[in-house]
Amino acid sequence: MIGLEDLYREIILDHYRTPRNRGELETPPARRAEGFNPLCGDEIIVYLQVDDAGVIDDVAIGGQGCSISQSSASMMSVAIKGRTVEEARKLIVAFKGLMSIHETDIGGDGSETALGIDLEGTSDGMQLGDLEALRGVVKFPIRIKCATLSWNTLAQALND
Amino acid sequence: MTLRSNLKSDFPLLEQQFHGQQLVYLDSANTSQKPRAVIDAMTCYYETTNANVHRGSYELAVRATGALEGARAKVGAFINAASSSEIVFTKNATESMNLLAHCWGEHSLTAGDAVVITEMEHHANIVPWHMLRARKGIELRWIPVDESGHLDLSDLDRLLDGAKLLSVTAMSNVLGTLNPIAALAETAHDAGALMAVDASQYVPHVPTDVQALGADFLVFTGHKMLAPMGIGVLWARAEHLEAMPPFLGGGEMILNVTKDGFTTNDVPWKFEAGTPMVAEAVGLGAAVDYLSDLGMDNVRQHEVELTAYALRTLSERHGDKITVHGPAEPAERGGVMSFAYGDVHPHDVAQVLDQSGIAVRAGHHCAKPLMDVLGTSATSRASLYVYNDKSDLDKLADALSAVDDIFSF
Repeated sequence: MIGLEDLYREIILDHYRTPRNRGELETPPARRAEGFNPLCGDEIIVYLQVDDAGVIDDVAIGGQGCSISQSSASMMSVAIKGRTVEEARKLIVAFKGLMSIHETDIGGDGSETALGIDLEGTSDGMQLGDLEALRGVVKFPIRIKCATLSWNTLAQALND
Repeated sequence: MTLRSNLKSDFPLLEQQFHGQQLVYLDSANTSQKPRAVIDAMTCYYETTNANVHRGSYELAVRATGALEGARAKVGAFINAASSSEIVFTKNATESMNLLAHCWGEHSLTAGDAVVITEMEHHANIVPWHMLRARKGIELRWIPVDESGHLDLSDLDRLLDGAKLLSVTAMSNVLGTLNPIAALAETAHDAGALMAVDASQYVPHVPTDVQALGADFLVFTGHKMLAPMGIGVLWARAEHLEAMPPFLGGGEMILNVTKDGFTTNDVPWKFEAGTPMVAEAVGLGAAVDYLSDLGMDNVRQHEVELTAYALRTLSERHGDKITVHGPAEPAERGGVMSFAYGDVHPHDVAQVLDQSGIAVRAGHHCAKPLMDVLGTSATSRASLYVYNDKSDLDKLADALSAVDDIFSF
């Protein structure tokens, strides 16, 4: 039987209790994107500050939602801070792969090896932090949208 | 208890287990489960009676037509309509409200006319008026909700001044609040407005007499009252139905069609274009029979007692951690209990409860303006019906402790 401990891992609850990079950035210069889950009313606001070299030098997360959407947003903010826009795009694809969503239209086939990203570790030097803890969400299909809300919002912000 | 204690055994679905636990279904405000009698009536229809209605001259088609019109008569009697021709079958309450906004609204309203609704409406009684506003430039006015979960009627006279329609839910699908429909209808009429009622949460739970309520229009849906999905009702006074233009065009709704145009059928068929949902109507008729056998007074009393037990038990077991929205007095409300559990997000509450086999709804309940009033984006909601009993509420109170275990910060 699938247990709640597969979903509510301690690291997830930690990010929920103590969200990282919570707040706002001034727009402009920062970019801002809003994402909604019409099903449950969750809302995520992603602020990105990208420097001239294409590096995300600051990120902030606003909005409100459940433990999964909030912790996913918090972990995402940690994972992308200091990364290039290109690396962030790869992370989106990789994270969606983790959620069993394989998209071919964001520059890859979604598989971890094709992107040179190893979610278990740091094969190409990218620290993926605590994201692996969200793998259990796949066992609760209704919550996948919670976990991907911030990532879809990030994609929107990157495309703006 | 006022209802049979073995009522659950009439509902085959409730015998199932989820996550190794007996299902505790507390989401009837969303949709109800179906008794064997309803399922059997629909199966029997397809095995013995199915033919297209109002068309064939053979005996089978006559029986099918009789099944449809017999269901209409049962529904009419159930809400004490003056005539079964005042019962228009639709797909659901949302379609009924859209039919009202489209046909009556297009016909009777012009730019600047006001429609008054409330902050506790379901989106089905909001969005059709927004759409009509976009099409015709009508004005939409809102009756506020006060802190106790009741309508704040202190400014009603001003809101109704010059208005053409007051459209109000009889029972909130979030707060459970029972609104004073008969008094509101009288006030609306005094102000020269008509009265529409969203009775989706009312007809399944409270004895309903449309003539005593004094309304002009009333909508509800079958699937919340033990009937199948796919059948809803618009009741309207005959004079209004006569005056309204048709809704969809096609077969059934016409008397005659030529190359130059058409003439419409009599009410209610004028509003029922195409082959109707006959088996679903038969199912609704069987649900009406089932509820009538229980007695709607008994259904209401059962839910008042159970709501009182729920409010008491949740408060005793969880104290300040739980906040139940809406009226505190069970007699002023239905068995719909939206609640906040500490700071835990409703999605997480529902997830943990599901692990104990308990089905509740988490979300905005298609009432986003009301969520804004409550200052939240979502609530958890447990809602009751005839098959629920005290043990279901004890299990809910037990399982909420698991929420505490995981999320107590």
